[in-house]
This record gives sequence, C-alpha cells and structure tokens, in this order.
Amino acid sequence: MEQILIYFYENKEVIFIIALSIFLGIEVISNVPSVLHTPLMSGANAISGVIIIGGIILLGHADLSTFSLNMVLGIFAVIFGTLNVIGGFVVTDRMLDMFKKKKKK
Amino acid sequence: MNTYIPQIGVTTGEVILEFSYLLAAILFIIGLKLMSHPESAKKGNSWAATGMGLAMITTLFLHRDNSGTTISLINGIVIIVAIIFGGILGTFIAKRIKMTAMPQLVSFFNATGGAASALVALMEYSNPANESSLVTLLGLVIGTVAFSGSMIAYGKLDGKVGDIFAKWTTYLNLFLLALIAVIIVYMLAFEHDMATQTTLSYILLVVALIYGIMFVMPIGGADMPVVISLLNSLTGIAAAMAGFIYHNQAMILGGILVGSAGAILTLLMCKAMNRSLINVIIGAFGGGGAGVDKDQGAIKEITLSDAAVLLTYSQKVVIVPGYGLAVAQAQFVANDLVQLLESKGVEVKFAIHPVAGRMPGHMNVLLAEADVPYTKLVEMDDVNPDMPNTDVTIVIGANDVVNPATLDDPSSPIYGMPIINAHESKNIIVMKRGMGKGYAGIENFLFFDDKTRMLFGNAKDSLQKLVSEIKEL
Repeated sequence: MEQILIYFYENKEVIFIIALSIFLGIEVISNVPSVLHTPLMSGANAISGVIIIGGIILLGHADLSTFSLNMVLGIFAVIFGTLNVIGGFVVTDRMLDMFKKKKKK
Repeated sequence: MNTYIPQIGVTTGEVILEFSYLLAAILFIIGLKLMSHPESAKKGNSWAATGMGLAMITTLFLHRDNSGTTISLINGIVIIVAIIFGGILGTFIAKRIKMTAMPQLVSFFNATGGAASALVALMEYSNPANESSLVTLLGLVIGTVAFSGSMIAYGKLDGKVGDIFAKWTTYLNLFLLALIAVIIVYMLAFEHDMATQTTLSYILLVVALIYGIMFVMPIGGADMPVVISLLNSLTGIAAAMAGFIYHNQAMILGGILVGSAGAILTLLMCKAMNRSLINVIIGAFGGGGAGVDKDQGAIKEITLSDAAVLLTYSQKVVIVPGYGLAVAQAQFVANDLVQLLESKGVEVKFAIHPVAGRMPGHMNVLLAEADVPYTKLVEMDDVNPDMPNTDVTIVIGANDVVNPATLDDPSSPIYGMPIINAHESKNIIVMKRGMGKGYAGIENFLFFDDKTRMLFGNAKDSLQKLVSEIKEL
C-alpha cells in the first residue's frame, strides 16, 4: 500500500497529464461526422508515431563504437517510427485532398 | 544557447526542449480538433505534422541524458540517415497506394508504430537507469500486440490471410493473456541477473507476438474496422508508456490522446453495428448456417434497358455503395450516373452506412475522390425515414448493410445491426458480381425480395453500360 502511495506521489504530474489527456481525447473525437472517421483514424495513427521521439533519444545516446544487437534494433526503431509518422501524415493528407478539391467548385 | 542556469540546475537548451514539447503537444490537440471538421481537416493534419517535426528536431539537437551528454555528431548522423530512409519509404508507399487499399495501409503504418514502441521498450528494459520496469514491460507487450495484430489485419484486408475460427482460439487467447501476466509478475517479483532478465523479456516478446496474431485471426472481416481502430488505440498507449520511461510529456500526451480517441472511435463503431466490443473480440462473425432452410424464393434479373427506363422515370433514387464499388473503382462512373440522372430531373442521394466498405468513412473518401459533393452523402439514420418514398434503391456492391435478416431473423449472426432499409423502397436494383455472400458470409434475403432485380457483373462495367443506355433514351 505504501509503495502505491509513494509511486503515485512521485509520478503525480504524469498521472495528471494522463487523466486529463484521456478526457481530452474523448472530447476532441466525440462530435465527428462519420465522413471523417477514416482520415481521423489515419491522422491519430500518425500522431501515435510520437514514439519516434523515444527512438531518437534511445539511438542518440546509444554506444555506436561497436556493432551490437541494440544498435541494429535502435536503428529499426527510428526507421519504423518515421514510417509511422511520415507515412501516416502523407496518407492522411492525400485522403483529405479529396475533400478540398471539391470545395473549390 | 547552452548556458547553465544554476537556479534550476539545467541548461537553456533543456528549457527550450521542454518548451518545444509543450508546443508540440498543443499542436497535436489543435490538429486533432481541426481534423474533426471537413473544412479545416487538412489544416489540422499539417498542424499535427508540424508539431511532430518540431519535437523531432529539438530532441535531436537539445536532448541530454542523465549525465548531461548531448547526442553526438555520429549518432546524430545515424539518426538522420534512418529518418531520411524511413521518410522516403513512407512517402513512397503512401503516395503510390491505391485508394481502395487505404484501410490496409493505415493498418500497416499502425504496425510500424507498434513495432517502434516495442523495440524502444525492449531496449530500455535492459537499461539499468530505467526505474519504471512495470510500465516498460506493459509498453513492450502492448506495442508488440499492436504490431503483430495490425500485420494480421493488414493481411486479412489485403486478402492474404484467411479467418481461423474455432472454440479453442478463445481458450488459447485467454491462456496466452494469463501467460503474459505470469511472466510479467515473475520478472518483477523476483531478483534476476542481467542475462535471465534479457532472456525473459525476449520470451515475453514472443508470447505477445503470438497473442497479437491469435487475437486478430478469428475476427471476421466485417469487424476489421473495429479491430484496426482498437489496435490504433493500443499503439497510442504503447507510445505513452515509452513516454513515461523518458518522462517525456509530448509522448505521454500524444500517446494517451490517440489511445482515448481510438477507444472512443472503436466504441462508436461497435455502436453502429449494435454489438458490444466483447462480442466483437470473442464471438467472431462465423457465417453460422442460420436461416439457410428458409424459403428463399427466386432471383430475378433485370436488363440494362429496363433498369435505364426505371431510373430515368423515377423521382427519388438512393444509391447504397459498398465494398464492391471500391474494388471495381466504380466511384467515378457512379458520379456520372448521378449527374446524368439529375440532368433528367431525378433526385439522387448516396446512403452511407457507418460500416460500409472496410472502414468507417471508407465510402465517403472514395466518393469524395470522384468529386461527389459531401452534401449528397446521407447517413443511415437520416435516409431511413425517407426510404418508403424512394422509387429506386440501387445497391452497388453492398450486402450485409442492407440485409433485412438483421431486423427479423434472431438466428442471424448479424441480427440487431442497424441497416439501410433498402427493402422499404418501391424498387431495388442490386449490382453484384455474382451470388456470393457478403463479407460476413451470410445469405441476404433482400436479393430474393419480390421488388428486387439483380444486375450481375462488375460494378464499373454495369454502371458504364447503364449510363450509355440512359443517354440513348
């Protein structure tokens, strides 16, 4: 029990952010017309590529002087993260292009 | 730039870095908010992308580890090369893919995000400076499940992977979940040396990989949209877990934002099909033999010229598009038909079922590509009251979303799912390749209805012929 209390107190800012973000996510998405479900899912998917920051931090401070499994995995983490971010945003943009084209008419 | 500020014990660079994370988090929120309106959606996407770009650049230049070391030049170059490689590959795939393959692509990109989260967690676990073992292991499991699950969903949508469904898959999945829990508890509750720890984390990775595969495997194709949305939510949570390890607010906020938005989207989709999430996950659409013995009546075909006359002299026409329209790439011809009919004074609307196609909004995207104004796309609840006044309903490559068995046959596996009430309109024309069943594998009694006429063939060919037939009238 005491451990849980300590854990909560030590991480209270983070827990606050998590709790508020949950409500924020619900709020942001709840009034979306179904027209936009696919692009929104795709856009949200691109944002989940924020893991790329973790990849950069990890590979940034990794020891690259000798070849290691961790080095290879780190490089893959950055490549996969970038695929998620850039691919995700580009594909969302392409989907949304179609909505825009029509607006000019 | 990097002067030390003794009052707070950090350098200006670190302050700027944190500030850029704040900015990125705000851009994510505004971006997602703007993305929920058709007019501002494109701008929203760019804003979110800007936030991401900003966070990536500042991290690369300003991040310091616990000992205060910045990212060295060599590491920086390796990172930039990896980013350029991933960026070019991602752009290439995203630009080249056909519109019909969009759902698969989202699933694929989601898999890469899950893989990245899993890899980061895997390596951080063996880092002695990392104190959040539980969060790291959860991130590893969730990221891995999101990866292998999304890859299976991708394979299924692409037609490369079939369904496996048997009672044992449910038990196997429960067993795998329990095994994951046991391994995590064992890893945390006892002291292990470094080698054992690493081995255990790899075992956990493998079990989670198998669980992801077996979790998606039995779920029927009709439920894939729900599954992708759920996996998307998981990827977000996995990214947030990694953010927890680094105490990185931008990662936590971005990840949780996607996690909760994805969860809500998943529930909205389940609601659209009138099913619970548990039901989707455990009770897969099996295409059980329900209702097969019912007297089916006869199928009646219609000739192109009859269809052309019928449509031209109607007042109200409703088109119900489905996956068949997407496969045949018939959205452009469909729009030609609409414009032709409107020039003859017929009122035409598209009725969009929330789960038509392979993703929510799939039809909207396709029809938008063909320049159909989105005011012409009417949602199910708005179109249904008007169905009895509709002269002709044209069903193009849709099946389950117009199956009246959902309304009156409790033995049907999709009983209770709201449908577009095509059967209430005065005439129904069904365009279909053949008498195959829908994605859920269930017989559709609408096709045997007295008011229904079938027009067999590829949707694009049929529509093209229909358009030229109407022009000749």
